[in-house]
Amino acid sequence: MDIITQANDVAVRRMLTGDPALVDVVPAIEAIDGLKDRMILHAGPPVAWNDMCGPMRGAVTGIAVFEGWAENLADAEEQADTGAFEFHPNHHFDAVGPMTGMTSMSQPVMVVENRAFGNRAFCTINEGLGKVMRFGGNDLEVLDRLRWLRGSFGPAFGRALRHIGGLALKDLIARGLTMGDEMHQRNVACSSLTLRALAPAFAATSDDNDALSRALAFIGGNDQFFLNIAMAMGKSIMDPVRDIEGSSVVTAMSRNGTEFGIRVSGTGDQWFTAPVEMPEGLYFPGFTSDDANPDMGDSTIVETIGLGGFAMAASPAVAGFVGAGTATEAAATTHAMAEIVHTENPEWTIPSLDYRGVPTGIDVRYVVETGLAPTINTGIAHKDPGVGQVGAGVVRAPLACFEQAVRALAVRLGIA
Amino acid sequence: MSKMVTQVREGFFLDSVALMRISQTIAGLPGVEEAALMMGTPANKEIMAAAGLLDAQGEAATGGDLVFGIRAEDEALAQVALATASDLLFQPRTSSSDAATWQPKSLRTALPKLAGANLALISVPGDFAGAEARKALYRDLNVMIFSDNVSLVEERALKAIAAERGLLVMGPDCGTAIVSGVPIGFANEVPRGDVGIVGASGTGIQEVSSLVARAGGGISHAIGVGGRDLSSAIEGASTLAALELLEADDATRHIVLISKPPAPEVATKVMDRLSKSRKEVTVCLIGGGEFDAPVEIRKVDTLKAAAMSASLNAYFPEWNTTNEAQSVPPQRTGVRGLFAGGTLAAEAQYVFLAAGEAVSSNAPIPGGARWVNGHDGHVMIDLGSDEFTRGRPHPMIDPSVRDSPLADALNDKMLGVVLLDVVIGFGAHEDPSGHIARIVEATDQSDRPVVVASVTGTDSDPQGRAAQERRLDAAGVLVAPSNADAAELALACLLSG
Repeated sequence: MDIITQANDVAVRRMLTGDPALVDVVPAIEAIDGLKDRMILHAGPPVAWNDMCGPMRGAVTGIAVFEGWAENLADAEEQADTGAFEFHPNHHFDAVGPMTGMTSMSQPVMVVENRAFGNRAFCTINEGLGKVMRFGGNDLEVLDRLRWLRGSFGPAFGRALRHIGGLALKDLIARGLTMGDEMHQRNVACSSLTLRALAPAFAATSDDNDALSRALAFIGGNDQFFLNIAMAMGKSIMDPVRDIEGSSVVTAMSRNGTEFGIRVSGTGDQWFTAPVEMPEGLYFPGFTSDDANPDMGDSTIVETIGLGGFAMAASPAVAGFVGAGTATEAAATTHAMAEIVHTENPEWTIPSLDYRGVPTGIDVRYVVETGLAPTINTGIAHKDPGVGQVGAGVVRAPLACFEQAVRALAVRLGIA
Repeated sequence: MSKMVTQVREGFFLDSVALMRISQTIAGLPGVEEAALMMGTPANKEIMAAAGLLDAQGEAATGGDLVFGIRAEDEALAQVALATASDLLFQPRTSSSDAATWQPKSLRTALPKLAGANLALISVPGDFAGAEARKALYRDLNVMIFSDNVSLVEERALKAIAAERGLLVMGPDCGTAIVSGVPIGFANEVPRGDVGIVGASGTGIQEVSSLVARAGGGISHAIGVGGRDLSSAIEGASTLAALELLEADDATRHIVLISKPPAPEVATKVMDRLSKSRKEVTVCLIGGGEFDAPVEIRKVDTLKAAAMSASLNAYFPEWNTTNEAQSVPPQRTGVRGLFAGGTLAAEAQYVFLAAGEAVSSNAPIPGGARWVNGHDGHVMIDLGSDEFTRGRPHPMIDPSVRDSPLADALNDKMLGVVLLDVVIGFGAHEDPSGHIARIVEATDQSDRPVVVASVTGTDSDPQGRAAQERRLDAAGVLVAPSNADAAELALACLLSG
């Protein structure tokens, strides 16, 4: 018991001392060790092509066309069937990706460096709302936007970041929490703060006013722009927490649209998986829960560091996706998550909870003991390839993942 | 042909989740095929267009405008939906104030909210009680385990942990305690005083503490230890720990130990400890028969005697059993006791055996016989035992457990007396006497057994002892001041016949 508590003290100290900064944007092939031609990184724990859900398959075929590996979507699908592409989880390559989470060689990735530990984590740039690849969209509009991100916006973004020596993220998050963001479904404040911090640098490093205008408009027009930054930040904070002998703190939660997986510090790189659940939520006009794909994406890294559903009290509107949507309900969600963590974060506080810190360091033992599964705020993708986002809502992590983790940790500590 | 209507409100912002909620409500109205309220951003307008909810007017909206798009079966229905949507935009929000205070879900999160807490009450299914008790003990909390169905092995382990850490485990299957004046579980409102009780029995503690209170005394602490504590497997672990606590407690003048007959080697151990006590000590082992007790220890056989032994003042108001007795016809020879309290049933058996009357019971004490259905003679039934409570509440909580046996007994031509207990206090039914009275009143009054009862409790209890006694009296029930007196009265009724 003391071994676990001490290990978790270490784990949470590493989380709290993390000092993430967004430092650069570079092509994935340059940033990510081991990434190569015809390799596709995806969200969640490992999943084979044949087991992928509709939107993930749609995204895979789209990215294959984007990378020039296939003539068209049909060709991409045929190639995938014959094993022409190598699939790996983002998490195995220091990366994360929202929803389908496609990461491939020529995409620009944002680089977040954890300056306290020197590690780096990567995430692609948020494409905006509507029909986008992360939700399985793959038509010309989707691919054209990716090409613009690769050819114009990504390089400009990188120049701007290098110009200001990187953008520190910890205080930005602290501010965003006081402005109504929970960093998963709500990123309006942090996106705006980012734009405010970067606009002068974009201007200073641009000689093309049209491109500059479009870049700034792109950030300003996308309330979720910051989500992918928050995700890379989450990954950079959690990676130094891995492999602490005896620790029961969750280092990653992630879904591939088929399975939900978690990793725990004291059990190394092992994934504990269970069938993923259906989100409960609200749908765009024309769509219902019948159209919904099960839960998906690496974005749960945000909950892993105490944001998203864990910080629901900071963002009462998000509670409206389920239940009555009152501020008291939102507060209750954060209180419930405080039951399953090691401590709270003294720097990331929520004004409406009398500046209580966000719940930090999910302990698999407490999840199993209380039966309170982590609450996750999420977007909802259409179950068919190519359609895109159809709604948003809230979902619980499956308890079975945590039960397996507790058992595995007990075996490892010789107390099973 | 369906009809689409749109409306744009310029410069009106509402949170997108709130809008989605209203959209969902409008889409569910009669005749509405599709509805959306969205801010007019390019992405939103694209979604609305795809859903067939955008016309030229909507298309012209900007990100700062709210767009209504409603498609319904006809124009009238669409207009109704549009009006409803407008109303919903301005509907006041209801607050769920009952959710305002978060109830902790674990000791870990609860303890910081209650500084100085030192006792945990555990009431979960028996299979999980041990795990919860360990959590409490390792957090240096004393533990009262209300749960039953905890294995002997687990009980032994828990009490060993408690001993190591200088803590007390009350239970398992401990229903009654009064700690520093705070009643826990099934307990009575008694004044604080100088009598300390250690009991393996809940109703035994209730009867003694209530009688002490009635004699003008009070209770320092009443500590339940669970029915198996004095078995050879548990070796009196909690009894000995509780005795140490009372020994060290300056407020305690007199210690009363209540138990069923202990295992002989455990009795020796406990008596040995008691003989070294600096306090006055009374031991009540109901039906325990002979055991060696040092002279300093007062041995008594009934709960009433235990209460009298511990009390400084003279006892009850004038009570003369013979004067109260009602004669019964000679052909009515049997007494049927129907008890909610197990120890009260045992005490009644003891009174009968001591008077030379044979008695049987589903929970026989030494010297008594095991009752089988259809058995003649005097029978004392413990209605709280498993055969009556499996799958239903204890008769102290739900007095209807006694309804059918009571009606049968009242109509039994062989019975001279029906003997009852009425246990009140915290946790007990709100009006057990009323429940009994209604059944007695529904019986043919000219030809029924005499009904004798006593009320275990105090006037300060929520139900009120005097009020409960009056209700019984009004129904023609003879009311005795204690359970032992009620048993004596039952015998006196038979003898006067």
